[in-house]
Amino acid sequence: MSLAELTLHDAAAKLRNCEFTAMELTEAVFQRIAETEPRVCAYLTLAHDRALKDAARADETRKKLPGNGPLLGIPIAIKDNFLTKDLRTTCASKILGDFIPPYDATAIAKIRSAGAVIIGKTNLDEFAMGSSAENSGFFPTRNPWNLERIPGGSSGGSAAAVSADECTAALGTDTGGSIRQPAACCGIVGLKPTYGRVSRYGVIAFASSMDQVGPLTKDVRDSALLLEAIAGHDPADSTSVNSIVPRYSEMLADDIKQIRIGVPKEYFVSGIAAEVECAVRKAIGELEKQGAVVEEISLPYTEYAVAAYYIIATAEASSNLARYDGMRYGYRANAIDLLETYTQSRAAGFGREVKRRIMLGTYVLSAGYYDAYYLKAQKVRTLIKQDFDEAFKKCDIIITPAAPTTAFRLGEKIQNPLQMYLSDICTIPINLAGLPALSLPCGFDNYGMPIGIQLIGKHFDEPTILRVAHQYEQSTPWHKQKPKLNG
Amino acid sequence: MKLSTEQLRKVALLARLRLSPEEESSLAMELDAILGYMDKLNQLNTDDVEPFKHAITAPNPLREDRVTNRPGTESLLANAPDRDGTFFKVPKIIE
Repeated sequence: MSLAELTLHDAAAKLRNCEFTAMELTEAVFQRIAETEPRVCAYLTLAHDRALKDAARADETRKKLPGNGPLLGIPIAIKDNFLTKDLRTTCASKILGDFIPPYDATAIAKIRSAGAVIIGKTNLDEFAMGSSAENSGFFPTRNPWNLERIPGGSSGGSAAAVSADECTAALGTDTGGSIRQPAACCGIVGLKPTYGRVSRYGVIAFASSMDQVGPLTKDVRDSALLLEAIAGHDPADSTSVNSIVPRYSEMLADDIKQIRIGVPKEYFVSGIAAEVECAVRKAIGELEKQGAVVEEISLPYTEYAVAAYYIIATAEASSNLARYDGMRYGYRANAIDLLETYTQSRAAGFGREVKRRIMLGTYVLSAGYYDAYYLKAQKVRTLIKQDFDEAFKKCDIIITPAAPTTAFRLGEKIQNPLQMYLSDICTIPINLAGLPALSLPCGFDNYGMPIGIQLIGKHFDEPTILRVAHQYEQSTPWHKQKPKLNG
Repeated sequence: MKLSTEQLRKVALLARLRLSPEEESSLAMELDAILGYMDKLNQLNTDDVEPFKHAITAPNPLREDRVTNRPGTESLLANAPDRDGTFFKVPKIIE
């Protein structure tokens, strides 16, 4: 077995016992990358030399100071929308091209100070806008379970890298499902924390009222460990919340007897693949066997979430992306005057989907349409949040599918933006309400593609969703299965 | 169509995007379908609903008003498409 296959917690334990060095682990990961990356295409930038230096430093640190944290010497992949000091950051957009950040995002600074080794920057849909990683300005990433299929998006590169053992764990961001849906597509664990749990400082903004940083990992314990490392208040992000970060990894063990699970009927309707529904219902049955109490609930405004989301997210994006004007960084076209410089730089630098969303967002905010679209959507967002508030009076967690189908084929939805938007139907309402939610494997369809289940918690109740996920994972074989990329 | 060509061009100007004729016609159709889907929201009466403000009700974290910028001028200027010494060089902005 290659060291690259190890989970974060296994690798950390073995590093602590001096069974191998961080250098050996990092080299094993790059060996794996050499074998599989030409087919998977998960990375936009590999940081080989720098990673080996970081690994050597981690080994030195361990010699001097035994008893350090679990991330010391662990190879981590980073979605390419996090600023990484002195390491090219593109957001998968030609408009950023060869941008070299002058500072680290807070989440990056945190894992680096914990000794993590950054392997490289992973592919995504340009500016995190998409559900398939096909909207990358450079190339699409493939699903390690079937190279003809999408890895999900927008954190498709991070999910594929974890699934293919091209890193030990990864960071991603989730605005409407961009961690959870690719995690489901690639058969791994993806966690979107509560809005405000992790600092967004240094994360390239898409829709600031919903963007959140989170881990993509091989199992639930890894998710808890990585969340512990990145969570907490940051003076540089005033929306990050100043409350104690629990020791998530030490709260996984308790049984789940009497945990009240709500199953919303609106998530089991037409449009949800039969095999997905069947696998999710079986998983709920397993939790019931372990003593959880299951109750059908209703979240009546669910069907309005996608429409409200694509108004709010595009409005925020049109504003956030106004900064790409070709003046201080990024691509600049040579044009006859200032206005032409702006319009031509942006026309050449942004891809189709980004332009589409900027147009949509500009329109819904424009004079005469603001009330009909943007204000209306913000009111519906209140209704959707109230749905969850009501539901959580009766239950501790809510369980749904993580995505309506398993990973679809490359090219299948790229010509139909509305169809693509609907692939986030299970994850979007959670971002609108700012709740934490985790996606984990719960089976495979007839084509051997992974199916994901979504566990949604109350605000800041990551401990409960991680615990239920862990208890489920320990009683099922799904997370131990690996894609067969050899040959 | 929800958006006339004239409206589409106005929005593109507001967004500082130059669209090719091919992009104009495909965007008109795509935005039409998406905005049509969004009309769904009009099924709901929201007269008495407050617009959403923030997911989490937490007190505003305040901090002292002092300079904490770390990155140096040079690293910020290093990404500039055009520069002159320690200045960003930009196209003429005054007619």
